[in-house]
Amino acid sequence: MTASGAINQLVQLVLVAAAAPLLVGWVNACRAWLQNRRAPSLLQPYRVLRKLLHKDAALAENASWLFRLAPYVIFGCMWLVAGIVPVLATDLPFAAAADVIALVGVFAVARVFISLAAMDIGTAFGTLGARREMLIGALAEPALLIVFFNLSLISQSTSLTTIVETLGHSEFALYPSLAFAAVAFVMVLLAENARIPVDNPATHLELTMVHEALVLEYSARHLALIEWASAIKLFVYCAIGIACFLPWGIAEAGDWGALPLAVAASAAKLAVAGAGLAVLETVSAKMRIFRVPEFVATAFLLAMLGLLLHYVFQV
Amino acid sequence: MPAATSSPLGLVIGIALFWLVLGILGLLLPGRPQAPARWLYCLGAAAAAALAVAGLFAIGRPQEAMVLPLGLPDLPFHVRLDALSAFFLMLLGAAAAGISCYAAGYFASGTGGFSGLTCLQYHVFLASMVLVLVADDAYLFMVAWEAMALASYFLVTTEHHDPGIRKAGFIYLLMAHVGAIAILLCFGVLHEGHGDYTFDAMRQAQPTVGWATAAFLLALFGFGAKAGIVPLHVWLPQAHPAAPSPVSALLSGVMLKTAIYGMFRVTYDLLPSIQWEWGLLTLVLAVLTTLFGVLFALMQHDLKRLLAYHSVENIGIILIGFGLSLIYFGTGHPVLAVLGLLAALYHTLNHAIFKALLFLGAGAVLHGAGLRDLGRMGGLIRAMPYTALFFLVGALAISALPPLNGFVSEWLTFQAALLSPALEHGVLRSIIPLVAAALALAGALTAMCFVKVFGVAFLGQARSREAERGREVGGWERLGMAWLATLCALLGLAPVWMIGVMDPVALELLDYSLAYSGISSHWLWLTPVAPERASYSPMIFFAVIVAVVLAAFGLVRALYHGRLRRTAPWDCGFPELNARMQDTAEGFAQPIRQIFAPLYRIESRHPDPFDRAPRYSSEVHDRFWDWIYMPIARATAFLSRLVGRIQVGRVAVYLVYSFLTILFLLAFVR
Repeated sequence: MTASGAINQLVQLVLVAAAAPLLVGWVNACRAWLQNRRAPSLLQPYRVLRKLLHKDAALAENASWLFRLAPYVIFGCMWLVAGIVPVLATDLPFAAAADVIALVGVFAVARVFISLAAMDIGTAFGTLGARREMLIGALAEPALLIVFFNLSLISQSTSLTTIVETLGHSEFALYPSLAFAAVAFVMVLLAENARIPVDNPATHLELTMVHEALVLEYSARHLALIEWASAIKLFVYCAIGIACFLPWGIAEAGDWGALPLAVAASAAKLAVAGAGLAVLETVSAKMRIFRVPEFVATAFLLAMLGLLLHYVFQV
Repeated sequence: MPAATSSPLGLVIGIALFWLVLGILGLLLPGRPQAPARWLYCLGAAAAAALAVAGLFAIGRPQEAMVLPLGLPDLPFHVRLDALSAFFLMLLGAAAAGISCYAAGYFASGTGGFSGLTCLQYHVFLASMVLVLVADDAYLFMVAWEAMALASYFLVTTEHHDPGIRKAGFIYLLMAHVGAIAILLCFGVLHEGHGDYTFDAMRQAQPTVGWATAAFLLALFGFGAKAGIVPLHVWLPQAHPAAPSPVSALLSGVMLKTAIYGMFRVTYDLLPSIQWEWGLLTLVLAVLTTLFGVLFALMQHDLKRLLAYHSVENIGIILIGFGLSLIYFGTGHPVLAVLGLLAALYHTLNHAIFKALLFLGAGAVLHGAGLRDLGRMGGLIRAMPYTALFFLVGALAISALPPLNGFVSEWLTFQAALLSPALEHGVLRSIIPLVAAALALAGALTAMCFVKVFGVAFLGQARSREAERGREVGGWERLGMAWLATLCALLGLAPVWMIGVMDPVALELLDYSLAYSGISSHWLWLTPVAPERASYSPMIFFAVIVAVVLAAFGLVRALYHGRLRRTAPWDCGFPELNARMQDTAEGFAQPIRQIFAPLYRIESRHPDPFDRAPRYSSEVHDRFWDWIYMPIARATAFLSRLVGRIQVGRVAVYLVYSFLTILFLLAFVR
């Protein structure tokens, strides 16, 4: 482990966790502007977290240890992902601990724990949310894996840092398979992060919610950790998309001078991604829950098509 | 046994004999006292642990052969212990140690109390599996194979008063024998008419590609019937739930693996060369098996039947690794073939451990609360905290979630599949990633299924009075489950060590191994091909999550507070919450049923609007019964009726038949 690697790693771990709520605030602000509303402050998500951490936790009488453990596990999973995905530099010592397949596995662990926790109290909405979350996850997870397989066939590696280095280095080559993979990835991002058209992060309309139904019984610090973890998840998903499909500007191993540039590039790209997300959410309507499997299955098939195209064109 | 100390093979045979003695002692125990009976199973568990250790040490050692002074004149039993046998003996020992320990509590405290006959059958079953694994001639192999089938048949029909269980047992026996015939024919093809049925003679034989393919297909069919490859899986969801839970764990966890062993033995060891087309066939069947298994598992509400369908799925995953290995080997990529083989072996071991654990957990629920229908469970985590914890470990492991063991083998399988660009054959190259996609889908659906199982059975509110009154199982049961849960964690956290242990098996079967091909793994990082290509470190993975959990727990309390207040559930302000408002097992899987509706045959009865007592029922049936088994059954019945016509019931007529037969034989056979 080199010194620069260790510093990169630490900077990134702290930065992702700290900046994640800001991205959520930015998306919310962009959406408000697009909808001709007065935007809340960019720092609003931080205030919400602070408020929640100050409150007393209210716990249902029949909640088991699993219910109390789950927020911490989910937070831990997301922080682990934050250490693996190259945001600023590809020189990350942690990244070797989990390649893209393991990365999908971490997301799955978080999903399973949040769903189990939702079923713990035994409320109608909790189990409903768990069912929907697992259904969306069961279809989105393979789609995400296939997107990663597309990338790994090009770069001959399943390690995310190697993928990003390969794609960042190669001269501007048009990979048709990547185009399909990118579209599929965006669809998975929407589904996995509970965004419109799959789920509405702003809703509390009982019959349509997914993520909100899962966390309905949570309060105070538990809720704060879960919401923070969700923010990190959105941030990390955007970072994965940027690193894989627009990797230019990321710092290479041992390149100190490139770091400030990388920070600027990352911030700019994330801002654009967040604004794009707000546009997507404004122009599309939430779909019926029964249509969601079709949506996610489309992502799966697009990614598969990319995989086949890779063989057709690259052979 | 003086030879035992010096030779692992002697020790292995000694353990098999010891199990037989334990079984006979169980039969002889006068008056069926509980305490000594319990110790029989405990001694069996200790012997199993010794077997696991013996297997572990024998894997890396040179092979060892022996001729037992048993069997027919001129047809003695040959036994041999090589790396492949040793690996499967280790698997058998590791799983059986936990299961026997559990059985010590389960059988002694169960309904009807201790049964000497069950004790005998149980230990004969274990001993016959050992003999299957060390047999070095077709004769002993078939004898042990049949002993295994019969012992398990009697165990499956332990509760033979129930006609459903008798029927399940019959189907099991039928499929076991159809498979056994194919295996026998396979050995017949392999020995090429020399009259020498030792495996050594079969290794020397040089069958043509056509005969080799015939032998492979027979082996695939015969062992596939035991392993539960689609469409030969039908006995599995019937027989496994019928048996007492420790026996289900043995059937699903260990006995299915003897079929995998047989496939590996015939394909890699006895057949002279490997054709990649075999791999393609295996791969297609494996993918069908995997997806079929998980999609039907999602539809079940009987816990043990659900687990049985997951066994079908996991056999598919094992065979995906096997098929990949055959394709790579057949096309001249032995290093990649090693990766596929190791993935298959690793998943074989993992499945033995976590499936045994899950069946034991299901048995604990059956004993502790008297329930096996998910629709009546709920909230068991409060009454049975230990069982819930162990079951959760098993559920996370089978769902292929890191850092537990199921993930490691699926990860290896994915890695093997992603190396397909090395192949020259264009179609083959592009089919294999589709296999990876199917595996990804199966993994995600498994996670959904186990969220359903754990959420419905252990979480939420109790759905019945039995679930409310459930109580934790005894110490022996808990110890057995704890052992298997620990193995799940260890196999997940130390894959590098385990792969090092398994490497000699690959060296023996393929003449290649990961160490041999110049790739060495760091103790912390699992890098099967090259560090830039892929790496996985469950230790760091686990350490980071635990560290963050602890740090977050401490920091939140240090910076803010840890105050907590218990209240009624919120549920959007709805006050009159009851257990019937939770999702049921059927409800949880309903979207999947809708999406994959064409695959199922669904019989549902809807109530009439004027019904006084409206009832709704919906049953999901296996289409393979309609497609394959019912036509065969009808054809058999038809043929039997035809043959029945010559049966007139008069002795004189039968004598004429005999006379004609003898005339025919005299005329045509010399």
